[in-house]
Amino acid sequence: MLTKRIIPCLDVKNGQVVKGTSFVNLKYAGNPVKLARNYYEDGADELVFLDITASYEKRKTIIDLVEKVARQIFIPFTVGGGISTIEDIRNLLKAGADKISINTAAVNNPDLIKEAAEKFGSQCIVIAIDAKKVRNKWKVFVKGGRQSTGLDAIEWAKIVEKLGAGEILLTSMDKDGTKEGYDLELTIKISEKVNIPVIASGGAGSLESIAYVLKEGKADAALAASIFHYKKYSIKQVKRYLQTQGIEVRI
Amino acid sequence: MIAIIDYGAGNLKSVKNALDYLNVDSIITNKPEDIIKSDRIILPGDGSFGYMMENLEKNGLVNPIKNFIRSGKPFLGICLGLQGLFEESEESPNVKGLSIFKGKVVRFRKGKVPQIGWNKIFPKKKTIFKEDFMYFVNSYYVVPKDNSIIAATTDYNGNFVSSIKSNNITAMQFHPEKSGKAGIELLKRWLKC
Repeated sequence: MLTKRIIPCLDVKNGQVVKGTSFVNLKYAGNPVKLARNYYEDGADELVFLDITASYEKRKTIIDLVEKVARQIFIPFTVGGGISTIEDIRNLLKAGADKISINTAAVNNPDLIKEAAEKFGSQCIVIAIDAKKVRNKWKVFVKGGRQSTGLDAIEWAKIVEKLGAGEILLTSMDKDGTKEGYDLELTIKISEKVNIPVIASGGAGSLESIAYVLKEGKADAALAASIFHYKKYSIKQVKRYLQTQGIEVRI
Repeated sequence: MIAIIDYGAGNLKSVKNALDYLNVDSIITNKPEDIIKSDRIILPGDGSFGYMMENLEKNGLVNPIKNFIRSGKPFLGICLGLQGLFEESEESPNVKGLSIFKGKVVRFRKGKVPQIGWNKIFPKKKTIFKEDFMYFVNSYYVVPKDNSIIAATTDYNGNFVSSIKSNNITAMQFHPEKSGKAGIELLKRWLKC
């Protein structure tokens, strides 16, 4: 049986891992390769690197990081953050990334999903959806959550699947950073409407919250950042707990 | 020297990274002469069945690969590199595979497609495969005519063939180069056999 995945996410700025709450009070927190390696040793099923560098230096530092990670960490990893062209995708895949996560550029230019999936295969195209509840409906936000698009998140999920996305990385903006648990309702709705894997993100706090989103929330994977960064739980601890809840995991 | 066959697939570098990590000499190549010269070859996978066969043919690699296999030297197929050993695939109708084995490649009929993630392989005979979790990314799987080549199966809404072994041919549906320590250990065992 296919196991549920636990995916730590690393925010990277200028080639360094940063920690902070909701992109404020950012602190440099060390070497991404080293941290990634620790997660790998601890049993992470995949890794996500989110590049939040906002400069022209961006591409060089992230490609350098991808090459280093690919040489020593033998689990799949996704790179996201400001990726907007086929060229960006090609360069990152060539450097060793397994999957590319696209957010704003996919909304601005949905054809990019189709073109990327045709060129590189759906398996490496992850569409990140940042959703927030507005008058009882989940709406898609872009540019790190700063800009509303008016798109309905559930409809958008169905569209990206049709265009060739291989997975959906679904972040609840309402829950992100709260540590009060993932948005179960949103995750269930999207997971039931698409036939591609859904990675739940935003709100990981307790061990129970992770079990809920994987079981009741029907997510295929759970992404978390701060609970792992601040060593609230190790990945092994999370997986052992999930196992006691009858959830199949790789241990 | 190990030749990793380049037909434009995406994960060549990952395979090479894993071999580099194991201190094994390898080259990524699309030259028939490199294949003939090498001690072992790896046919990796990513992309579609049709795309792979078209590119192997375009680069004149079909016969060198078949000859290499006939020579008895170790061959490793990964993902599409397993599927390509069969006659045909639902993914690319009317495209002929390498046809080393009789049988076809079919699409998952149940569950989310592609299958993405870690799943367990269950050995069916004594080979380099051990019961362990491996990383899969696939929408299709092989259905061999000859059951005796099946080395391991995996359950994804029903059992499917996740590895085969026949003489000098070892091939697997999952990605050992992305399967953590279990995958690296498996590659090590293949390098010794």
